[in-house]
This record gives sequence, C-alpha cells and structure tokens, in this order.
Amino acid sequence: MESDNNKPGPAAAAAAPGQAHLPEGTTHPQSPADLFWSFSMLALQGFGGVMAVAQRELVERKRWMTRQEFLGEWAVAQIMPGPNIINLALMLGDRHFGLRGALAGFAGMVTFPLIILLLIALVFSSVENIPAVQGGLRGMGGAVIGLIAANAIKLVGGLKGNVMGTTLCALQIVLTFVAVALLRVPLMWVVLLVGGAGWAWAWLQLRRIDAMKGAA
Amino acid sequence: MSIVLTLSDVLTLFLHCLSISLLAVGGGLILAPDMHRLMVDEKSWLTEEQFTSSLALAQSAPGPNVLYVAMLGWNAGMNAGSYALAMACVAATLVGIMLPTTLLTLSVTRWAHRNREWIGLRAFKQGLSPIVIALLLSTVWLLSAVHNDPSRDWKLWLLTVVAGVVLYRTSINLLWVLAAGALVGAMGWV
Repeated sequence: MESDNNKPGPAAAAAAPGQAHLPEGTTHPQSPADLFWSFSMLALQGFGGVMAVAQRELVERKRWMTRQEFLGEWAVAQIMPGPNIINLALMLGDRHFGLRGALAGFAGMVTFPLIILLLIALVFSSVENIPAVQGGLRGMGGAVIGLIAANAIKLVGGLKGNVMGTTLCALQIVLTFVAVALLRVPLMWVVLLVGGAGWAWAWLQLRRIDAMKGAA
Repeated sequence: MSIVLTLSDVLTLFLHCLSISLLAVGGGLILAPDMHRLMVDEKSWLTEEQFTSSLALAQSAPGPNVLYVAMLGWNAGMNAGSYALAMACVAATLVGIMLPTTLLTLSVTRWAHRNREWIGLRAFKQGLSPIVIALLLSTVWLLSAVHNDPSRDWKLWLLTVVAGVVLYRTSINLLWVLAAGALVGAMGWV
C-alpha cells in the first residue's frame, strides 16, 4: 500500500516519486486509529446524511483527497450497494492500511452513531412532543440543507479539467436534476442512461487524448 | 406492545437482512419497504408507529441513515421485553445488512485501485462526476420542498441561505452551524 510515506506534508508530496497517487496539497491518514477517529468525527457531524460533511472533512480539512478525486471515488461508491459513505470509508481505509484500515474506517462510521441512536431511542418517546425539541430538529434540518447546497457548489470546482468539457458537464447536471428532483425518475435509470452516456463520451475523449499524447 | 421472540426469529431476521443487503444500491433506505413487509406485516414484531418513528429518528440522528435497521431490531427486541434480545436483534440487522455489501465493496474497490490507470475506469469517474453534484442539488430541492408555505417557512429558508453562505465562505467547524440552527429552532424563531 502507500503507507510507506510516514510524514506526508505538502512539500513531501510534491517531491515524492509516487506523485501521481498523491496529488499536491493532499496528505495521508497517519494510522488506522487516525482513520477511526476521523471517520467518527465525520459521522457525528452528519445529521440527515453524511455525504456533504464528507467532502468538507476529507477534502477541505484533512486534505486526504482532491475535489476531483472525491467526485470520482464517490461516483464509484454511489453505484455499489450499501451506504455510499460507508463504502467510501472502506475504500479509503483499505487503500492506506489494507483490511485493518477498512475495518477502522467502518468502525468509525458506525460505533458512536449507533451508541447515540440507541440512547436517543431510550429517551425519545418521553421528549418527542416537546415543541423545543421539534423546533430544534427543524432548525438543524434547515442548516443541513444549506450545508448540502454549499458543498454542491464547491464540488463544481472538481469538474475543472473534466474531459467531457464544461457544456456537457452542465448538461448532465441539468438532466440529472430534472429527472431526479422534478420528475422523480428512479435513480437506477438516471445512472444507467445519463451516466452511461457520460461514461461513453468520456471514454471516447480520453482515447482521443491518449492517442494524441502517444503521437506527440 | 408485547411479543415473543425466539432465537430462531432472530436468525430469521438476520437471514432476511443478509438476503436483501446487496439490493441496497444508492443507500439503505430503499430497503425500508421490505423490512416493513417482514417486521410489521408478516411477523408483527413492530407496530406501524414504531416503524415510522425508527426511520425518522435515524434520519435526524448523526451518522449513516442505514442505522435505522439497528433501530428496527432494537425496538423489536424491546417489544419482546429484554435488553439482551434487543442487542441480539441490533446485531442481527446491522451485520446482516452490512456484511455482504462490505465484502463486495472491498473486492471491487481493490480491483478499481489496481486498475486506476485503465481508460474505462478513468472514463467512468469523469463521466459520472457531474451526476454526483446533480444528486446533491436534487437533495437540496427535495428537502426544501417539504417546507413549501412561504408565509410560515421564509424564516427557515433564510436560515438555510445564511448557513449555506457561511459554510461556503468559511472553514468554520460544521458543528457550530448545526448547533446554531438547533438553537434558533428550539427558541421557536424559525
């Protein structure tokens, strides 16, 4: 695995021979324990869904991946069965520390949220009708929507350099949004049709670019 | 509500979860109808209200949404009147739902990492990246659509916009923003 680089600062990353695997400005998780605690923190911030927190923590704070990598890895995690965010934790943990890392990431995602959930289950029935509790959940829900929107806009930066080009990327976003949010088409069909078309087009473009590089 | 759960019931629950795990493409929530069929319709381990509130609580608590299955198991065990059974059902649902997807994800992502230079995989990642962004925007839309009464909900929309701008412009710890939202809500201001 790539865990041989123990002190991966941005400078080390720029100088490292394996630069392709460690883009400038990104770092590694230090240990399985680091993975466990980082994913625990991430999970505990994830009210109503962890994906939006994931990009903030993993890309902006920890710098374990670039925006572009995040989009790519998420595209893979998205089509796998199982919760996307747990798939991402497994993926990242496994890549850096093998099975131990994957288990550490997984345990981080699940342990504390499960404890909290069971504690809530024990007390919830006695507080669920208190207006302040309902109001608090409503307010928190409103903030979460703002978080997701902010992240969506930030991730647009990760499309820079995408081989499909700006126009087609924008078209794909609009089509997917209309299908999923407005027409409520099942996600599977959207991924198959819109995603399949994007895949084929990106493949053609990459083949053309690789051929040009080969010729130069 | 009071029911009897035997060990073979717990095993049934575990095997049911194992059998539907791999169908959860796009997240665990799409398994909810089938969990409902087994636990409420066929076996009457849970009431309708318990099923719904388990889902809602898991949504509003921190962590992956899929933990709602643990909550279903917990409530079934508590209906049978024992913490031990509740923990056993939590283990049965959670391990049953997570084990197959975890093994599959590990093998596929190892393959994907070994072959990351392969053109088909690079094309897949780039070709589907915009969809990830679109799905986030769709989530924003669907969550906001619940609050569709301007005269009452404008304050909540304002809170959403302010939270969004703060999170977009600063690297402030997210928990502060969530806490502020919860506080404003608890005071009855939104």
